[in-house]
Amino acid sequence: MSPAILELVLVTVVASSIPLVIAALGELVTERAGVLNLGVEGMMIMGAALGFAAAYTTGSTIVGALAGVAAGIAMAALFGLLTVALAINQVAAGLALTIFGVGLSGLLGAGFVGLKRDGAPQLNIPGLSDLPFAGKLIFGHDAFVYLAFALVASVAYWLTRTRSGLAMRAIGDNHESAHALGLPVRRTRFLAVLFGGACAGLAGAYLSLAYTPFWAPGMTAGRGWIALALVVFASWRPWRVVLGALLFGGATVLQLHAQAASLGLPGQLLSAAPYLATIVSLMALSIGVRRNGAAPAALGQAFIPPR
Amino acid sequence: MNPDQALPPLLSLRGIVKRFGGFVANDHIDLDIAQGEAHALVGENGAGKSTLVKIIYGVLAPTEGTIAIDGEQVRLNSPEAARARGIGMVFQHFSLFDNLTVAENVALVLPRRESLAGLRARIAEVSRRYRMPLEPDRDVWSLSAGERQRIEIARCLLQDPRLVILDEPTSVLTPQEAYGLFETLDALKAEGRSLLYISHKLEEVQRLCERATILRLGRKVASCDPRQESPRSLAALMVGAQIAEIRPAAHAKGEVRLRVDALSAEAETLHGVDLAHVSLSVRGGEILGVAGVAGNGQAELFELLSGERTVERAETIIIGGAALGRGGVTARRLHGAAFVPEERNGHAAAPDFSLAQNVVLSRHATGGVVRRGLVRYERARELAQEIASAFDVRKTGPDPAARTLSGGNLQKFVVGREILGEPKVLIVNQPTWGVDAAASAAIRQALVDLAARGAAVLLISQDLDELFEICDSIAVIHDGRLSAPLDAHAATREEIGLLMTGATGGQQEDLHAH
Amino acid sequence: MRIDLEPRPARSLAVDVAAPILALAAAILIGGVVVWLLGKSPTRAFSVYFVEPLLEGWSLQELAVKACPLALIAIGLSYCFRANLWNIGAEGQFVMGGLLGGWLAVATHNGAMQGALGGWWIMPAMLALGVIGGALYALVPALLRVWLGVSEILTSLMLVYVAELALDYVARGPLRDPKGFNFPQSVTFDDVARLPFLAEGERLHLGVLFALVALAVSAFVFARTLFGFEVRLVGEAPRAARFAGFSDKRLTLAVFAISGALAGLAGIAEVAGQIGQLQPKISPGYGFTAIIVAFLGRLSPFGILVASLVLALTYIGGEAAQVALKLPNDMTRAFQGVLLMCVLMADVATRYRVRIRLGAAP
Repeated sequence: MSPAILELVLVTVVASSIPLVIAALGELVTERAGVLNLGVEGMMIMGAALGFAAAYTTGSTIVGALAGVAAGIAMAALFGLLTVALAINQVAAGLALTIFGVGLSGLLGAGFVGLKRDGAPQLNIPGLSDLPFAGKLIFGHDAFVYLAFALVASVAYWLTRTRSGLAMRAIGDNHESAHALGLPVRRTRFLAVLFGGACAGLAGAYLSLAYTPFWAPGMTAGRGWIALALVVFASWRPWRVVLGALLFGGATVLQLHAQAASLGLPGQLLSAAPYLATIVSLMALSIGVRRNGAAPAALGQAFIPPR
Repeated sequence: MNPDQALPPLLSLRGIVKRFGGFVANDHIDLDIAQGEAHALVGENGAGKSTLVKIIYGVLAPTEGTIAIDGEQVRLNSPEAARARGIGMVFQHFSLFDNLTVAENVALVLPRRESLAGLRARIAEVSRRYRMPLEPDRDVWSLSAGERQRIEIARCLLQDPRLVILDEPTSVLTPQEAYGLFETLDALKAEGRSLLYISHKLEEVQRLCERATILRLGRKVASCDPRQESPRSLAALMVGAQIAEIRPAAHAKGEVRLRVDALSAEAETLHGVDLAHVSLSVRGGEILGVAGVAGNGQAELFELLSGERTVERAETIIIGGAALGRGGVTARRLHGAAFVPEERNGHAAAPDFSLAQNVVLSRHATGGVVRRGLVRYERARELAQEIASAFDVRKTGPDPAARTLSGGNLQKFVVGREILGEPKVLIVNQPTWGVDAAASAAIRQALVDLAARGAAVLLISQDLDELFEICDSIAVIHDGRLSAPLDAHAATREEIGLLMTGATGGQQEDLHAH
Repeated sequence: MRIDLEPRPARSLAVDVAAPILALAAAILIGGVVVWLLGKSPTRAFSVYFVEPLLEGWSLQELAVKACPLALIAIGLSYCFRANLWNIGAEGQFVMGGLLGGWLAVATHNGAMQGALGGWWIMPAMLALGVIGGALYALVPALLRVWLGVSEILTSLMLVYVAELALDYVARGPLRDPKGFNFPQSVTFDDVARLPFLAEGERLHLGVLFALVALAVSAFVFARTLFGFEVRLVGEAPRAARFAGFSDKRLTLAVFAISGALAGLAGIAEVAGQIGQLQPKISPGYGFTAIIVAFLGRLSPFGILVASLVLALTYIGGEAAQVALKLPNDMTRAFQGVLLMCVLMADVATRYRVRIRLGAAP
């Protein structure tokens, strides 16, 4: 494989890992606050549908991205109402959110199926982007990619270095103690859920605005669920999310290349690879690690303040 | 008594009422604390002490009543507001975060403008001034109960509070650690800070406080100078009725019914304790106590003895002559063992299940309530009723959900459920934790009577008074190791306390030898 | 604004029954608003969705035929959900049951493998294979949870995609009808490989009976047996279940096997009763809709029976609405999501008194 082709492959690996990075990062923050939101798939596909609809209508990618974020936040607010305010079982509420999101996105996106628009432009920096090999790999992406990495860096810094990040980790560790000390458990959790929704919406918008770029019902194809698995795989650490997402992105790209190269394997088997890989990676992670060692201690537990 | 009568009290409560649904936890309570005063809040479990201090610290909102600080009426709607008014609190069940470091735990409550950078120096300063050793970078889960409490106190002192509330601070400490705590509290008093000290240990109150407010069933029943009272008169005020003394029944020791031989097990949970070479034996008619500070392996020991966890070697645990190390809970029950875990809600009993269903929970193999895989709920209801009558369990309705019972009544129910099965071996963990005095006495009496009927009883407890009251011998567990048993009638609290700190680790083998 | 939840001292039967009905009413109201926003008539939509299917004999039968897989899967899921285990991959177990059982039908097509035996054994063997296929497929996430502590939620869901792709593969590949003009489907099953109909010329097949039996047996299991007690105890208080001497690992495997077996049975009943051949897609999302059925039915067998009929109605109404109102099929999915949310909220109201306080926190 020549360096030029390798570079192209690596560029596509980065591109296919970006929605996973963004969605998983949002879910990571949500889970660090102690809330398990299984509705990532639903929020993501709403972001994809509304993002594309807005971008197509206005002709602006930025408006589209913002619409995707807004859709994700709206869905997350619904989830927050159910789980944080009403203390409803988070697993059941997350499933409901996904079922609802998949249906509603199909309904709202019905008028946009089959329409085409140009993808988000790449930020070509004259000179730098033309550098041999690394030029395209580092400087040849669209704005979403840089935004994703900036988000990871900010979240990593915020979680470990700021007081509000510390407070959120404390709430995810033990909400009873946090409440006793006067930390705003429910408000923090609600905001964390909204952040997760914003990220999922953005990840969805990336799919329909930059990655494909068109809208098709069900186009997230389980990426929201894989993002959930990635958070576990990353042991709730931001930079490990990037690592995991690149591995998955790589697997996806390899599978596409394998299909193109027609190795004689059934296409369905190759398509199943990401899902099987998710299961295998969850298994690999749990071997050797003490059970749920890295998970926030209060993850998935509803909190009802005594008053 | 007040040095300056003209000054309004630092804290003044008037007519505080707190209702939870239909239950009145605090009923029109008045309380004054002067500047520099050490004030005791005394009462037995369920008297409403914790509720009252949570109101003072802004965790709970009072249903009625007013709070004034320096004579000025205030609303404390959050702990932050209370802290801003100079009120600090050291919680009973520590409000710490296991997976954060000591410094991070402290940082959480400091005002926002405070920089995190200077924190380390200030922790060191408080640590030196009050002689409380602290390591800022340790994760909290790795610390002992005493160390955890020091973090709580340091966190409180860093806010320079005028009033420090301490909720049952010595309940998790060894006697030696408690002495250290009192030295720190004396230093606080010398600086002119007020203390609100919650306890039901009367000696501590007399040692530290010049005023005491006594609560019973949510009401203030008396206010006095504890140094002028005798422990007996205080106890009478606290309980309201004479508690029956335990009648120690004379009983002959029989054969060994429970033998544990070199039991070792790695911790199963993330922050658990490894057990190392625990050996013990209990004869029929004997009560063996296991003392120790919480978190030194008691939970693990109970799990392994009950069969919730099993061990590789069957001979490690012998119950009534049968090697049952590999047998589960049911197998051990079928060989005459019974168990009472520490936690009532969710371990000994399922809160949302009815009492009859809770009988099925632990007696499905031994109580005749299941036949050919089918549950006989009529029989279970009869059994539940028998338990309720025999152990004076107060309940509402014929077969209510377990969660509707008060702590003491539910505890009597779960203890009674096991004892009515006439077990040959009974293993109990903290049977009177958070239980009122009358129920505690009834439970202890039931254990003594069971032993008198020939059963072997193993009592795991953190309450030294309880252990000395009813045990024949006491062993001490520390960091997963069990000391050799001491004769309870000859041993002193100091000896036991020293073992609780792990001071004499290598003694077990020597004592076994003779 | 803040929302306070005060536990209700005791649960009342009236509230327990009223809650799901109110939830359904609320969901229909929300659905009506959405239909109105889409520029259609809400009253007409209500009639198409919820009234007209109930007026004709054939659509009533269709209702029972669609409710059958939903009830079978949901009653199986109720074992898992009561034990607080989250099998959300029933869709995959349904597909695997249909695939494995359907394979036998294709393999024995036109007398193959039958020899002197005749064809009488084929149908029972297909049902057995369906049950086994579903159960084994459900045991994968259960075993991973028991052995390695891997969350059953994600693995069971991932396996849905895998099962769907597997079915897609066999229907287009090895089991495709060689004389089928390259249509991606298997041969039409022989009569011996078709589930008998309850009456001549009707749509109701034997699967409906399976569902009723499963519901009745489960009602008995939960009310009377120690196993039913065990399932509920593990869900309510897992530590107490350990103390009771019940093995949570064994129970995890058991409830997953039961729910997988029932989903697999539903799958083969659908393939052998309703469809009559293997196709790349055999389920309109029954496995996910059944989750809603289980919750709407409050995990009780009788409730699940009623709820399966309600959700089956949304499928039939949804198909009719596509034709009559040009409402896309996604409307049904979105409505089901809203319904589940309403059910969950109504459930809160049965356990707590909800107080909403406006303004800043006191």
